[in-house]
Amino acid sequence: MAGRKPKVVGFCCERHGMDAAVLSARSGKEFDASVRLVQVPCTGRVDGMHILKALEDGADCVFVLGCLEKNCYYDTGSIEGRKRVEYVKQMLSEVGVEKERVEMFNSASTNAWMFPEIVSKMVALAKKLGPIGGEKQ
Amino acid sequence: MIVAKRKPLNEIAEMVAPYKRVSVIGCRSCVAICLAGGEKEVKMLVSALKVKNKKEGRDQEFEALVVERQCEKEWVKEVEDKVLGSDITLSMACSLGAQTIGDMYPSHVTFPGLNTGIFGVPEEQGVWSEKCVGCGNCIIHTTGGICPISRCAKSMLNGPCGGSANRKCEVNLDTDCAWSAIYDRLKIQNRLELIEKVTPAKDWSTSHAGGRRTYVREDAKLTPHQKKGKEAIQ
Ligand code: SF4
Ligand code: SF4
Repeated sequence: MAGRKPKVVGFCCERHGMDAAVLSARSGKEFDASVRLVQVPCTGRVDGMHILKALEDGADCVFVLGCLEKNCYYDTGSIEGRKRVEYVKQMLSEVGVEKERVEMFNSASTNAWMFPEIVSKMVALAKKLGPIGGEKQ
Repeated sequence: MIVAKRKPLNEIAEMVAPYKRVSVIGCRSCVAICLAGGEKEVKMLVSALKVKNKKEGRDQEFEALVVERQCEKEWVKEVEDKVLGSDITLSMACSLGAQTIGDMYPSHVTFPGLNTGIFGVPEEQGVWSEKCVGCGNCIIHTTGGICPISRCAKSMLNGPCGGSANRKCEVNLDTDCAWSAIYDRLKIQNRLELIEKVTPAKDWSTSHAGGRRTYVREDAKLTPHQKKGKEAIQ
């Protein structure tokens, strides 16, 4: 498995989620640039299907990053996003796939330190768990 | 509407495991509304099964399909090629849809992906509750519009029973006592005298106990001549 880059996909809302990522980059914080970010208008737009499709198409781990609950730009979007993540986790458990491959995070756009922490947590997890079904990709 | 629930994914995966090409067919009617077997649920199910297969190294092909109403042959006919081109069909409709496919293609194996549960209504987003069991002889005009057959744990016709307390059912304290609800409803309708009326034993011959029931409307049936004409068009 040497040299294989972990495949992590992050769905970030265009408000606090993406702003947190941009701020951390601007503040000179370092994070694994191989993480693939998908900007969504709101984490309430993230469907279970998007997460499953990412896993199906080769992601090792997927995270969803939205606004802090009760401080969501669209009021309840990040609550919806968390519900979708929880539902997918349940589906993964039912099919015997590690549910921790999918995670929800919330951040304020002013949290420059949080985004790198999320990325390193998910990248470490992806390294630990490896690709779904073992090394083929 | 008919309310159903997806079977646990491991159960579904085990059912379809011996087959290589699996057609998964949802329905855009009741089961789409109750978020069990509409287009999205079918796609998510297929995706989850593919992730499982990836993990276990199993080679299987899935085709995700959805029809307008799976309990009607005309709609199923639209996906006939896909059904017959697969080794097995997993129906994500209620059991009526699964049985329609099964009856249309008897030599083709069709499995249910859902557990069909209740005749129910959406009470709030994500919550459905049972309101009828199809007894075939509706009496809710005498019970304030509330069905005691489905909503009372004992299907009592003259309630409440002695266990009703604080508007809750003794069988399950999380459930409202149907007869308490009937009392309240009749009271606001000024029809409380009905609660004192003794209702005799119900004629259950219209219910399901006598085997499969069939409803026929003679004037809607096609004559042999009309049937011939219809077949010629198809
Ligand atoms: S009385 Fe019978 S038909 Fe009427 S709601 Fe109840 S179960 Fe359904
Ligand atoms: S408590 Fe009410 S709902 Fe429960 S069995 Fe008795 S009458 Fe029926």
